[in-house]
Amino acid sequence: MFLTITTTGSPERPATDLGFLLHKHPEKSQAFSTSYGTAHVLYPEADAERCTAALLLEVDAVALVRRGKGKGRGGAPDAALAQYVNDRPYAASSLLAVALSSVFSSAMRGVCNARPERAAQPLPLRIEVPALPARGGPELVRRLFEPLGWAVTVEPVPLDPQFPEWGDSRYVRLVLESDALTLAEALRHLYVLLPVLDDAKHYWVAPDEVDKLLRVGEGWLPEHPEQKLITSRYLSRRWSLTREAMERLELVRLAEADDSEVEEIDNAVEAESETEEKPTPLAVQRRDAIIAALKASGAARVLDLGCGQGQLVQALLKDPAFTEIVGVDVSMRALTIAGRRLKLDRMGERQASRVTLFQSSLAYTDKRLGGYDAAVLCEVIEHLDLPRLPALEYAVFGAARPRTVLVTTPNVEYNVRWESLPAGHVRHGDHRFEWTREEFRTWARAVAERHGYGVEFVPVGPDDPEVGPPTQMAVFTAVVNVNDEKEAKAA
Amino acid sequence: MSENTRATNGRVLPVTDLSLVVLVGASGSGKSTFARRHFKPTEVISSDFCRGLVSDDENDQSATRDAFDVLHYIAGKRLAAGRRTVVDATSVQQDSRRQLIELARKYDVLPIAIVLDVPEEVCAERNAARTDRADMPRRVIQRHIRELRRSVRHLEREGFRKVHVLRGVEDVDNATVVTEKRFNDLTHLTGPFDIVGDIHGCAAELESLLAKLGYVDGVHPDGRTAVFVGDLVDRGPDSPGVLRRVMSMVKSGNALCVPGNHENKYGRYLKGRKVQHTHGLAETIEQMETESEEFRAQVREFIDGLVSHYVLDGGKLVVCHAGLPEKYHGRTSGRVRSHALYGDTTGETDEFGLPVRYPWAEDYRGRAAVVYGHTPVPDATWLNNTICLDTGAVFGGKLTALRWPERELVDVPAEKVWYEPAKPLRTEAPGGHDGRPLDLADVHGRRVVETRHQGRVAIREENAAAALEVMSRFAVDPRLLPYLPPTMAPTATSHEEGYLEHPAEAFAQYARDGVERVVCEEKHMGSRAVVLVCRDAEAARKRFGVDGPTGSLYTRTGRPFLDDESVTETILDRVRTAIGEAGLWDELETDWLLLDAELMPWSLKASGLLRSQYAAVGAASGAAFPGALAALEGASARGVDVADLLARQRERASDAAAFTEAYRRYCWPTDGLDGVRLAPFQILAVQGRSLAGLPHDEQLTLLDRLVEHDSTGLLQTTRRLYVDTGDPESVRAGVDWWLEMTGRGGEGMVVKPIGAVVRSAEGRLVQPGIKCRGREYLRIIYGPEYTRPDNLDRLRKRFLNHKRSLAIREYALGLEALDRLAEGEPLWRVHEAVFGVLALESEPVDPRL
Repeated sequence: MFLTITTTGSPERPATDLGFLLHKHPEKSQAFSTSYGTAHVLYPEADAERCTAALLLEVDAVALVRRGKGKGRGGAPDAALAQYVNDRPYAASSLLAVALSSVFSSAMRGVCNARPERAAQPLPLRIEVPALPARGGPELVRRLFEPLGWAVTVEPVPLDPQFPEWGDSRYVRLVLESDALTLAEALRHLYVLLPVLDDAKHYWVAPDEVDKLLRVGEGWLPEHPEQKLITSRYLSRRWSLTREAMERLELVRLAEADDSEVEEIDNAVEAESETEEKPTPLAVQRRDAIIAALKASGAARVLDLGCGQGQLVQALLKDPAFTEIVGVDVSMRALTIAGRRLKLDRMGERQASRVTLFQSSLAYTDKRLGGYDAAVLCEVIEHLDLPRLPALEYAVFGAARPRTVLVTTPNVEYNVRWESLPAGHVRHGDHRFEWTREEFRTWARAVAERHGYGVEFVPVGPDDPEVGPPTQMAVFTAVVNVNDEKEAKAA
Repeated sequence: MSENTRATNGRVLPVTDLSLVVLVGASGSGKSTFARRHFKPTEVISSDFCRGLVSDDENDQSATRDAFDVLHYIAGKRLAAGRRTVVDATSVQQDSRRQLIELARKYDVLPIAIVLDVPEEVCAERNAARTDRADMPRRVIQRHIRELRRSVRHLEREGFRKVHVLRGVEDVDNATVVTEKRFNDLTHLTGPFDIVGDIHGCAAELESLLAKLGYVDGVHPDGRTAVFVGDLVDRGPDSPGVLRRVMSMVKSGNALCVPGNHENKYGRYLKGRKVQHTHGLAETIEQMETESEEFRAQVREFIDGLVSHYVLDGGKLVVCHAGLPEKYHGRTSGRVRSHALYGDTTGETDEFGLPVRYPWAEDYRGRAAVVYGHTPVPDATWLNNTICLDTGAVFGGKLTALRWPERELVDVPAEKVWYEPAKPLRTEAPGGHDGRPLDLADVHGRRVVETRHQGRVAIREENAAAALEVMSRFAVDPRLLPYLPPTMAPTATSHEEGYLEHPAEAFAQYARDGVERVVCEEKHMGSRAVVLVCRDAEAARKRFGVDGPTGSLYTRTGRPFLDDESVTETILDRVRTAIGEAGLWDELETDWLLLDAELMPWSLKASGLLRSQYAAVGAASGAAFPGALAALEGASARGVDVADLLARQRERASDAAAFTEAYRRYCWPTDGLDGVRLAPFQILAVQGRSLAGLPHDEQLTLLDRLVEHDSTGLLQTTRRLYVDTGDPESVRAGVDWWLEMTGRGGEGMVVKPIGAVVRSAEGRLVQPGIKCRGREYLRIIYGPEYTRPDNLDRLRKRFLNHKRSLAIREYALGLEALDRLAEGEPLWRVHEAVFGVLALESEPVDPRL
């Protein structure tokens, strides 16, 4: 909510010209009303040698929360603002960028009728932002500002000096210095890069946002080495709007009730992979292996238990051998995304009649899952706490009892082959366990024994002679199909 | 003719209370008039009415097919709900009657035909008098009558269990319908009962058991009634002796008896049918040889008269031999009788060549307790409100009886192994140790939970969906999750200067509700935790069916409090030791305890939130203000007028500093369990008892003893002050106590009626607690600057009604879960209420409240 712009000068080129360039008189304190509160411009120092303009935005926190009243979590339409206790009144966030552009709009355009020649010339500048939220840390701050000709001094702000073990906060104290830039350029850099560093989803993106970025970025953004990151972060706020529509407010409230962050529980769908169009090779291999095993079993009516975003359902739909495909997940967000991916609302009736998506849970038995040829549990079991696994086992093998069950899960032995994976880490934040081949086989054989199935194991991905394949798959086949006989008896 | 004479002269037609009554008669024979006269208007569905529903024209014959679809659909819904239904259509064709008989069979009710055989002239005359039917051709009526006459003799063969034929107008007009109860409906008998399991000719054991139950020569001095679940005969040493005893008790009205499959087979033998003399029948036949012919005849008659199952005690109790799903209770069909006698099988046979029984009890969700036998098990145990009493007396096990409504088991051991079992006895009661899950239908979708304290509590679909996600992915095993704490409403908004919440409002609110004595309990600065602690692993296994953990420690959304199970066990162990040292196991006659508590510090669980939200705000403000204030001071020194702005920024800076101080109080370092503290403030339940209604002063006394006996420093006491809401002096002391506590940085307090579960004069459930949060603590909730007068003014416009209503609904569900737990109700019943609390927690309500 606070930054200063300082310039130095000489009797010929007095520093106080900054007042002309900014269109704000150095001897006054001026207040401007913006949509988020009152912006003040004042000069703590102003003489020929040195002149500093300070922009102070007094954010009205209570009004901020009230803005979006009626739209969900206590009102606000977006997550960051809906938190009643938030950093907006203190941090140099995108709200400050918005204030900057409205208070210094002429200066940003490089317009100065009183000193037109000075507006077009570079001048010595020192910009200080004492509390800048910077996702990506000091390192990214440098990468963003240095290519533009700034000398960058950036210091992380500790989270709480009383608890040094908590480490640094996401704020930095930033000082930018340069002799080579015009004031307009400097302001445009700040206007774009403050929200990019903030990276908060709290900004009402207008449809003309792309045009605005092109205009403000003119002359510096196209050549910037981080152009892609800047553009995607700046415009990602547009994506966040679409995401907003499907925000699961019920889950947000349950997280809040338990003093935890919603990301902690609404994590069934990874944020990154949601937009990812190119699946990883292993995911493709897994899907191929599953489809091959399903075909070999002769299954026509298939359950995808834990269907996630519906990639497997989509693949199965392409093969007419599968006459009925049911995607089941416990996450409503996953089902929403799967439905969108499959374009269920636009699918032809005949195709649509082959596919069903619904919410269910493998911690409970569900009568709707009975009577299918096959069920797939693709990368599902490792998302359950081990003590809850017997419940899943009974729900699938005891109650639903499809003739064929495919279970895939990571082979933890292979993790040493992942270069990017630190030793001892699991592959996904929500993995409650990862098994060795021996552990998986012991479990699978016991399940098969208890429920009257035979089981075979298939490697998925390169089968490393030492540590095995990255993914392991068990193919269970019912020895006696109880369902068939039950149906025969009922008939 | 007066009503009176009609009643005395006319035919009396018995009609079973739950049945499908089919009126058979030509158009114009007076079916609708007859139906109107003898049945409730809602019991009667006419085909004409259904024709009108689908086509706007009651006589549109082209709509007949759709009209009958509607008729069958409505009739089906009524029969499924157990309501007698009368079909008013001509039903003169066999095919239309066949569909109705199928419908009756589908819902296991008796099909009854009442035929109205009225002369053609009368029908024609009546139709002619009706404008809408005046043009009906005469041949239609003639055809109806022809078809009726042809079918009337075959009606019983078609499947009608009662057929009443009324010939002529006078017969029709004079007839009276009387409602008969079903044979299996003994709901008016309230016992008390002693239900006895499979005897199989073990006469000596039967006599011992009857004696142990208090019967003297077949009569109980307190007027109790014995109920036998069947399988009196076969395999054992003295089937005639058992029959003699049971038959005489039934005859004298001291007992009821339902048939087992063994009686049924012996009965068929006695009637001369060919049956295989296997499974111990040969022994019965041989023992009966020496009995008199007269006795054998009595036995035949006795077996012949047995009713397959009984519904007793106002519908709370169902007794049959092999178990019965709820949809068959009180129903009458071959299928129901077959299930009652033989149960259901999966179609498979096991390794001993015996049919694999379908575990119907696992699916059972009925409210009535089902008591049955048939399947020998080592011990009788309840599953989903059903219990099997066949404890294999004839195989050397024991003979078991259940006292009802006491639900006590009484047994006597077998004197010897009278008959070698084909396979070893083993428990088939599922749900226990192999982790069989609950059914989705128990929790999913829009639901209504019946609570004893607040009636029906509705749960919306989207809230159930969210709860399902959290319950499935994050919660502890439902068997160890018998309760979730309800949310709590804050006190009414205060208008005291500088305060948003102030205890004066809480005391006033309780005074208005007629609550005189309240307790103020210190609000601990931690996270809510529910602790289930069992005396040992064996107790956990026996009561909660889990192998390994000795209890659970979970958060307000049912998630494990700590990631490390061994740390959880250490905490449980310390609590367990304190309970033992305080002598509470014996005093409360329990081997498990459910505690509501607060676990500290808050940073233990909420460290993510603290860092990312609270500390971040502190860091940002701490970094921003020095520069901002320096800039303002600089401008001011230059003579720029920034006095107001500077003063305001100084205040904001000090608010932000106060905020940082406020959250820091919730953080202290812990190392393992060092620094961790648990403050129990209520014992929720123990074996057989919900303690939610135990007055809070007694609660706190018990808990103080618990804390005193903890030598590890884990347990912490809850400070409290008792206040009389009608006494200004006492109220002032309460306010001062709060001011003093929150002034030192305390979170605040919770005010509760001493009487725990309390109703107002109008019978409303009053809030079980009201929180009054401290002025400084509220900075964490409403933001650092909430105390600024203009902010306070705006924040005072907060709406508490939804929060209060939510608090009451969740409280009622929580109490319900505890009652169900205490009464030993099946897991799904407890889970239903617990799940409801979680679902309601996702309702939209201002989270700052």
